[in-house]
Amino acid sequence: MGVDAGSHPVHIHQMMNNEATHPDAAVVVAGLKVVRGGRAVLDDVSLEVTRGTVTGLLGPSGCGKSTLMRSIVGVQIVEGGTVEVLGQPAGAKALRRSVGYVTQAPSVYADLTVRENLRYFAAVLGAPASDVDRVVDEVGLGSHIDVVTGRLSGGQAARVSLAAALLGNPEVLVLDEPTVGLDPVLRRDLWKLFAHLADNGSTLLVSSHVMDEATRCGRLLLMRDGRILADDSPEGLLERTGAPDVETAFLQLVEQAERSAA
Amino acid sequence: MNPAVTLATARRVLGQLRHDHRTLAMLIVVPCVLLSLLAWIFDGTRTFDSLGAPLLGIFPFVVMFLVTSVATLRERTSGTLERLLTMPIGKLDLLVGYALAFGLVAVVQATVAALLAVTLLGLDITGPFWFLLLVAVLDALLGMALGLFVSAFAATEFQAVQFMPAFVLPQFLLCGLLVPRDRMDDVLRAISDVLPLSYAVDAMRDLSTSEGIAAEAWGDLSVVGAAIVLALGLGAATLRRRTP
Repeated sequence: MGVDAGSHPVHIHQMMNNEATHPDAAVVVAGLKVVRGGRAVLDDVSLEVTRGTVTGLLGPSGCGKSTLMRSIVGVQIVEGGTVEVLGQPAGAKALRRSVGYVTQAPSVYADLTVRENLRYFAAVLGAPASDVDRVVDEVGLGSHIDVVTGRLSGGQAARVSLAAALLGNPEVLVLDEPTVGLDPVLRRDLWKLFAHLADNGSTLLVSSHVMDEATRCGRLLLMRDGRILADDSPEGLLERTGAPDVETAFLQLVEQAERSAA
Repeated sequence: MNPAVTLATARRVLGQLRHDHRTLAMLIVVPCVLLSLLAWIFDGTRTFDSLGAPLLGIFPFVVMFLVTSVATLRERTSGTLERLLTMPIGKLDLLVGYALAFGLVAVVQATVAALLAVTLLGLDITGPFWFLLLVAVLDALLGMALGLFVSAFAATEFQAVQFMPAFVLPQFLLCGLLVPRDRMDDVLRAISDVLPLSYAVDAMRDLSTSEGIAAEAWGDLSVVGAAIVLALGLGAATLRRRTP
């Protein structure tokens, strides 16, 4: 109903500048500050998410990953800074079909079957009905399509939530810890799916608090205490820090930051 | 607004009810049991005739208030509301979708209860039957709209359920069912004048006292209609695409 349209003035000038300076970026965050409950959860966060990549957002629980993702989707009230997605202000009406979002807790109707859930979200998105079968296969829930979602395991319900975000092939996917608690085989399959979606031109931002998952990503954003510690490729990060794995690299960067602050 | 999305929402809400057999059964059976009990208590007196019709309007109001406040709270806490509001759905699509689904349930509920009341229980209704259904549906929508609005102020289902006695019982006490409104103290009368349930009950009472549809009944109904629109507007204002 365009209720929100007025609160997102589109600065044509700024947009063109961003398009020119960040031609490959699907998401551009600049100087983002978010205050929740009187505390700055994000402070002066700037980053870019390159088009057609799987970017991992890694950091410990409580570091601000979810808040950053909420800001990119446009559901978070922000204190300052700008967030642009596909050249539009985050949350703009034009983005509602092109950004898929999965929250940490599965946000689907527990009292509907998998099929009924997906059929509803497909109708809201205006996606073809055939999309329901496609996304159910993509997340490997074909045999459970007529089961009531509340009777599924936590991991299965999380995949229903993921499937709903895949409806209509959105250009940008923001996935908050989609692989938590899943069996290693399933986790591998989902990361394969993410890579496949990126190969077909989608941009994925995937958060995790498990550092091992870094190796699955094309780009990495390491986060701690509401700040970005590193924005690099996995290889670049290991090379720069000389660390054997991402977890050690993370620790080194934290110590470095503490030394320079002292 | 997008009719396809509105209808999909209504179908989804009905689908949720369809999976919940016990709720569905209680929606239909409980008003019938209560009406039968009432008819039995006042067996052999004229009291049932004056209470029966207003109660046919009060049941859908109370039930839809409860069902909607819990359903909306669930949408908020499960994250489905946040997900929907990142999608191309208008707030009106959501509200009208809910209204269509619960309105349909109210029609079934009121039809069954009213048929039972006028046949087996011997309730005298002089006005037309369709008007009784119309009032019952509007009462249900009023309960739904108020439930949707107050659910924004509940953080837990415990709180949401408590809003029933807080918002519904005072309206019940003051609607003129226990003591006629013109015999109330001036202060109470004034309060009763601004509570929407009073007009819903007045409209139902007109049905049992006058033949055809009295002009006052249409007046009462338009007050109920205005209250529904107002409450839905307030409810829409509590649906926020951005939250702290």
